[in-house]
Amino acid sequence: MRNILLICKKELKSYFASPIAYLLMAFFGLIFGFGFFTATRDFVRFSFQSQMMGQQQPMNVNDQIIRPLLGFASTIALFLVPMISMRLIAEEKRTGTIELLLTSPIKDIEIILGKWLGAVLLFTCVLGMSMLNVAMLFAWGKPDLKPVLVAYLGLILQGACLLAIGTFISTTTRNQIVAGGVTFFVCLLLWLLSWFTAFDSGPASQVVNYISIVTHFENFSKGVLNLKDVVFYLSMIFFSLFITSRAMESVRWRS
Amino acid sequence: MEPNLSSRLTKIMIKVEGLSKRYARNVAVDDISFEVNKGQIVGFLGPNGAGKTTTMRILTCFMPPSAGKATVAGFDVMEQPFEVKKRIGYLPEVPPLYPEMEVGEYLHFVGKLKGIPKGDLAKRVKEVSEKVNVAEVSNKLIGKLSKGFRQRVGLAQAIIHNPDVLILDEPTAGLDPKQILETRQLIRSLAGDHTIILSTHILSEVEHSCERVIIISQGKLVAQDSVANLTNRLRGAESVSLEVEAADGRPNPTEVQGRLEQVAGVSRVMMKDSKDGRLTFEVESLQGRHIRAELARSVVNSGWNLSELRAVGLSLEDIFLQLTTAETKEVGGQK
Repeated sequence: MRNILLICKKELKSYFASPIAYLLMAFFGLIFGFGFFTATRDFVRFSFQSQMMGQQQPMNVNDQIIRPLLGFASTIALFLVPMISMRLIAEEKRTGTIELLLTSPIKDIEIILGKWLGAVLLFTCVLGMSMLNVAMLFAWGKPDLKPVLVAYLGLILQGACLLAIGTFISTTTRNQIVAGGVTFFVCLLLWLLSWFTAFDSGPASQVVNYISIVTHFENFSKGVLNLKDVVFYLSMIFFSLFITSRAMESVRWRS
Repeated sequence: MEPNLSSRLTKIMIKVEGLSKRYARNVAVDDISFEVNKGQIVGFLGPNGAGKTTTMRILTCFMPPSAGKATVAGFDVMEQPFEVKKRIGYLPEVPPLYPEMEVGEYLHFVGKLKGIPKGDLAKRVKEVSEKVNVAEVSNKLIGKLSKGFRQRVGLAQAIIHNPDVLILDEPTAGLDPKQILETRQLIRSLAGDHTIILSTHILSEVEHSCERVIIISQGKLVAQDSVANLTNRLRGAESVSLEVEAADGRPNPTEVQGRLEQVAGVSRVMMKDSKDGRLTFEVESLQGRHIRAELARSVVNSGWNLSELRAVGLSLEDIFLQLTTAETKEVGGQK
């Protein structure tokens, strides 16, 4: 445990020592802020209109601003994840520092968990930028807190899951760009899988639907905490980190 | 560790038996066996690509061997890698440094990684920084350091947990002559407390810092001896090649050999060749004796013709080349 935290701390430090952490936070904050601005403006305009026309349609901040916005954030996460995970192990392999880690009295799985945890924490920090905007809604409106928390949990779980896959891909190469590119394609593919099942409900598409990472986020974004989805994410994380540790072993055998 | 085991192990620190490492298409290390005693500095010598780094990586538990056994301080690298790793300090060819860290921060990180207790950490970092002379740059980013300083930080990283065994892969590669001298001094000062294996393809390096040499070439061990023995064998003694012709065209090999052996200062006479009535001998002298003049006189006085007399090259370089090229040719021929 001590070793995991040690590696995790080192990872976080090197993220924040390089521009990458600040860049991602600024980038995400800007895009999310833009989405927030548009969504809120439209919401306000729409609620004015409906009042003027005397309609008493219920307006809901949760449903009409937060939910689509966090869904949007889950899509942006697909772009963030490769940028965070690509360097994790590929860089250590390229610079040779992997030799230090692998010849120290520390287990492979501790290295992997530490690195993955560092990446998840950075992802959470980046995601945290969106809270600036969401906090405004709480300051001037009365949204429900619980569904927001559930949605954030979903975002973090989804990110952690994709990051675990990214960690695995980063282990297989010494080239960061390759690691990042492949991770991006895999993320994209897992996202596209949900399209496949949009108008079909045969057994094959049910399986595909289950594998798609994004479909599991939908429940979270509605504020529904479903055990099935949590189990899906956790088992994906476990599986990815497990094959990462296998890949690490092959690094030892082959390099 | 039980006492009788530890006492049995006090002498031999590293033991390698029949070690091999095969990749899909080539063999990096082929059936190497050697032992290193406690407190020794051993030079691991070989041309580039001979398998030095691979052997070191196996010893440091970075990679497992394909066959054979290696133990460090009595612990098997396959069975108890944790115990081995705790006792080994390793400086790879490229020092494993994080450019975005400060020197002090990096040494703290490595110290924790190697399992130094929190209370001792600051003290150890300070000691080690002073030992390798990096205390003055401890607040600098590693990425901004010069090559010499990086190498020293790499060395600090290897000795921070005070390991029994130090494995240094080409510790002076790429340094300038002054830095090379400093590094050698540093390595020598570490001997005694630590058992050191250092690899190099530069011979003078071995002469300067090591007590024993292990020469490998193309994955095979071709020689191991103490540096003193090797240099004596190779440099102190003289080896002469001479060609003798009999006046009647039919020299008697045993007679010539006998006569040569009687020359003062000769330690060994070997007949190499006999062709068209010409006999070729290789004669080795005793330590520090010059025998060429005596040999010539003896041959001529016996009524034979001396058609050639030359000193065979005897520098460490020559022997090294001989060992690393001729031997492999021989092996290839046997197959």
